[in-house]
Amino acid sequence: MKTFYKKFSEKFIEGLLMLSGTVTSLTVILIVIFLFKEGLGVFDKKPVEEGYVIAINKNNAIRKITSAEIKNIYDQKITHWNEVGGKPDSIVLFRLEDISNFYSDDEIGENFEGLPNCINRLVDSLPNIIAFFPEKYLIKDFKGKQLEIDKIKLAEFFGGKEWLPTAQPSAQLGVLPLIMGTLWVSLGAILLALPLGLAAAVYMSEIAKDNVRRIMKPLIELLAGIPSVVYGFFGLVIIVPLIQKTFNLPVGETGLAGSIILGIMALPTIITISEDAMRNTPRAMKEASLALGASKWQTIYKVVVPYSISGITAGAILGIGRAIGETMAVLMVTGNAAVMPHSILEPVRTIPATIAAELGEASNGGLHYKALFALGCILFLITLFINLTVEFVTSRNKHNKH
Amino acid sequence: MDVIDENKLAKSKKRKQAIAFWIFRILSYSVVAILFIILSFIVIKGISVINWNFISQMPEEGMTKGGIYPAIIGTLCLVAGSMLFAFPIGVMAAIYMNEYVKAGLIKKIIKQMTNNLAGIPSIVFGLFGMSLFVNKLGFGDSILAGSLTLGLLALPVVIRTTEESLKAVEDTFRQASLGLGASKWETTRKVVLPIAFPNIITGLILSIGRVSGETAPILFTVAAYFLPKLPTSIFDQAMALPYHLYVISTSGTNIEESRPIAYGTALVLIIIVLIANLLANALRKYFGKKVKMN
Repeated sequence: MKTFYKKFSEKFIEGLLMLSGTVTSLTVILIVIFLFKEGLGVFDKKPVEEGYVIAINKNNAIRKITSAEIKNIYDQKITHWNEVGGKPDSIVLFRLEDISNFYSDDEIGENFEGLPNCINRLVDSLPNIIAFFPEKYLIKDFKGKQLEIDKIKLAEFFGGKEWLPTAQPSAQLGVLPLIMGTLWVSLGAILLALPLGLAAAVYMSEIAKDNVRRIMKPLIELLAGIPSVVYGFFGLVIIVPLIQKTFNLPVGETGLAGSIILGIMALPTIITISEDAMRNTPRAMKEASLALGASKWQTIYKVVVPYSISGITAGAILGIGRAIGETMAVLMVTGNAAVMPHSILEPVRTIPATIAAELGEASNGGLHYKALFALGCILFLITLFINLTVEFVTSRNKHNKH
Repeated sequence: MDVIDENKLAKSKKRKQAIAFWIFRILSYSVVAILFIILSFIVIKGISVINWNFISQMPEEGMTKGGIYPAIIGTLCLVAGSMLFAFPIGVMAAIYMNEYVKAGLIKKIIKQMTNNLAGIPSIVFGLFGMSLFVNKLGFGDSILAGSLTLGLLALPVVIRTTEESLKAVEDTFRQASLGLGASKWETTRKVVLPIAFPNIITGLILSIGRVSGETAPILFTVAAYFLPKLPTSIFDQAMALPYHLYVISTSGTNIEESRPIAYGTALVLIIIVLIANLLANALRKYFGKKVKMN
């Protein structure tokens, strides 16, 4: 009986341990499900806010219109119907607040009870009108024509150059500036961090005496431990004003500020991983090189670095990964302008910063909310790709050596 | 003739090496200098702000005066909550990985998934925590939702450090215990875990340091902008140190006037991280064996 209990409890505990072992896998799967379910939902939505309609005169030949065209019409960049495939007449814009230009308060009524009728008459009477108004003011036998609006398309999403998720009447969801901003800032960061990080790694693994290394190693770990929001704060009060003064800019919150802070934050990753790789160089190889008369320096760049190149690459890639995914520090120093970056001295906005800045104000389940989850999906895929690349680089190296 | 040439060659080799080494030394020291600039800046600016009132009082007057007491308590709650979740599961997962499962496909998958989880950016954890814990499970913005989100983020760190500590236990101990007739679990509990324990605790301390500074995962799962009272249950919202620093340095009611508070908050955060790191290092030295963070 006793041995039965013992056996049973052994099995029970093993089951419990196994269950814990699956938690990480389960979490990753759940993250994928939740992220993509919400994120892909964006392609099921229309760019015009729910509960609103866009209507034109029934004699107008236009049937469909894209989100970008709606925006350009209301921004008065498109002023004639022929630009969107209609007659060469100039477009008459109508928003709800314009109604008092056409009808008196009496006609509209104190509680807007006459409003639906007014809109109906207006759209019917003006052949070149385009009207944007809430659906609740649409009467049953509306004499105008409601425009069909396409759902958000993949090409629009990834190719669009404007990110205006709350724009009226039509939201613009082009992620290109955000992707460019992210890559721009991360690239700058890695360009700054790589020389510094590699030098420190070489120094710590090959040049420095043991006691220097023993002091430096925990300091580098400390650098990794500083919270990103503290880096952001430091950037905000020191680096941003410095950049503003040095380059004589209107604002110091720029891509460059983001790159500098991200570069510092990527340093520990680069240093730790490439140092580990260099220290794994077999002693025999180094000694063989030294015995042949090569100097220590020649041994470093002709033996140690080539031998550990895959580890160094892994460190650099992971550093980029850290930079791409970093949120708070970037949010605080880059100025967050969602425009295509032209130089590093302009404000830019990255994908993580966009999510952090906008999710609070996006209504649950709406277009904006789903668009931000779609951004999360992009971020997830980028970092997954980076992780797999690192895995590939390091595993290939192991393969070569054995 | 030959001799002179060789001398020249050796000299230029030496000079090249000396120059290269100097460059490397200067670059390495500048990395350390960066750390010291950041630390000393925060310490110098923040030290005059920190006193007993600062850490024991509620924020006042649009967070331009008063203390950061609720934010400290909030962060303590989040750290405790996330570790209560991540530590047991992480340690058990690591035991399973290192002691139980045999090398093969399952181990490979778990390892890969843990690596993937570790690589996911913290803001994605925030998105996930919001959609699962806050919305789907209906916890709302609460300490519970925030702790679980942070716990998931810390899980790979706990697993990795625990695994390293278990690996450091020599196999002879296990063989001796099994040879005496102890079962696998008895061996793990009475032999392996006690030896690995100090290193596991080091890992725990390092994850606490990491979790207490995370901002992005708590933005939409728990953090309150201004809440001058303490949380009373795990379903309450709470202020937290990192979020507090973010808010008062970027979007407070009066950014200039709340600057001193921001410096103070940054310093408190730094002190927490510093203590965690020093403690972990001291433990490591004391017990002689190393736990790798990365």
